[in-house]
Amino acid sequence: MDIYSEIILDYFKNPRNRGKLPRATIQAQEYNPLCGDKITIYLLLDKNGKIKKAAFNGEGCAISQASASMLTEKIIGKTIPQITKITNEEIIKMLHITISPARIKCAILGLITAKKAAITHKYAKN
Amino acid sequence: MLNPKKLKKDFPLLGQNLTYLDNASTTQKPRQVIAALKNYYENFNANIHRGIYKISEQATAAYEQTREHTAKFIGAHHAEEIIFTRNTTESINLVARTWGEENIKAGDEIIVSAMEHHSNLVPWQELTKRKKAKLKIIPLKDNYTLDFKEFKKILTPKTKLLAISAMSNVLGTIPPVKEMIREAKKIGAVTLVDGAQSAAHGITSVQDLDCDFFAFSGHKMLGPTGVGILYARKKILEKMPPFLHGGDMVKSVSQFSAEWNDLPWKFEAGTPNIADVIAFNEALKYLENIGMEEIAKHDQKLLKFAKEKFSKHPQITLYSPKKDSGGILSFTIKDIHPHDIAQIFDSENICIRSGHHCCQPLMEKLKIPATARLSFYFYNTQEDIEKAEKALTKTIKTFR
Repeated sequence: MDIYSEIILDYFKNPRNRGKLPRATIQAQEYNPLCGDKITIYLLLDKNGKIKKAAFNGEGCAISQASASMLTEKIIGKTIPQITKITNEEIIKMLHITISPARIKCAILGLITAKKAAITHKYAKN
Repeated sequence: MLNPKKLKKDFPLLGQNLTYLDNASTTQKPRQVIAALKNYYENFNANIHRGIYKISEQATAAYEQTREHTAKFIGAHHAEEIIFTRNTTESINLVARTWGEENIKAGDEIIVSAMEHHSNLVPWQELTKRKKAKLKIIPLKDNYTLDFKEFKKILTPKTKLLAISAMSNVLGTIPPVKEMIREAKKIGAVTLVDGAQSAAHGITSVQDLDCDFFAFSGHKMLGPTGVGILYARKKILEKMPPFLHGGDMVKSVSQFSAEWNDLPWKFEAGTPNIADVIAFNEALKYLENIGMEEIAKHDQKLLKFAKEKFSKHPQITLYSPKKDSGGILSFTIKDIHPHDIAQIFDSENICIRSGHHCCQPLMEKLKIPATARLSFYFYNTQEDIEKAEKALTKTIKTFR
């Protein structure tokens, strides 16, 4: 399938959950120095330790931005340990496109950032 | 005038509905070069400088013929001034690790430019760190040329080396290397030219440049990968310590010491890249048949055409000097990442490069993370650029 599917382009042009999340419980930033892709992920947890709200900010290629945006929808209701267990394959499946090896790092930058945020949280140890 | 359509037929990969515009990375290989590799392996594969038997002597002769040819190609006086390495990067590292190690002292200065490839920057960063010496950078002006006035200012009696690219792999900029070398010589500095781009796209004369070192790569000029070349002035080579130690670089060895071989073998330890060096000779012949001046002219024609076509689109920024540029054109499109540009081009079977092109400090200076880049060779046609422009239009449309 074309890498720039309607879904990818839609999330790139009209990103969901883009912007800073005030009162985020945890946040992290990651970047891909080779491409210049940059992502910040903000996570707000409810009192049961589940993701209540998620948002991202960043700049970079369509794949990295669309993937991060889709991720912020996917992780609502998940716990911190659940986030740390999301695999790269799940992200690629979520994107619904065939991705070449050179672009995998773009696709998973959002996940890497979310995991980086997650492991800073005390619940990550559970 | 060269005929790109006819020449294209010598390149098996270019016949396969492929528009190849990434020649600054590596060029395609003509049949003649591929045949030379096959011929060596099938007919006289043997190690060199050792065997008494016929095929070893044949391999030695072919290997050394390439050296002689390379010397002639860049206008060097002596074949022993040509050292084969793996690539330009290794050629420059060889200089840093031998001449640099012996001659750079605390407080000395090395000058490079703001548009160097990492391969002509990082070795000098590390050398100056090791030696407590200082690295100075010739700045880039807003018109994508080097600031010659500033260069003259930072050139001081402390300058021991000027290491400069003769053609930027991102901007295409051709700095006035000859004049810069002349200035550097006035204060007694040694000079190194990174010819990775320039050697493939025009006439090189190390005598005319009057440089001490000239480094370039065979694979960017039709040759196989794995052949780098270092030219070094004989007088300097004679005083330089060896780079790597081992077989073939020694004259005689006793239990606890060794005597170094003559030039250039002193700098070629171990079994070299025999097959690829031999095949590189065919690349040189091919280029000479066309003529380097013709290649430079063709580059100019394509560059002009591409600039006209691309600058029609208001979303595009071109990173290219008005004059004195090789066949390289970097560009960005507003709000579209270069990787996305290259990906769309690929969907049209057009190979272009995107990224920082091993020039991160330059990207920083240009305040962009990356560019997309077209780079031409003599087999490229105006139709190739028209195809590229179509892909450009598709890219803009896709992300609108």
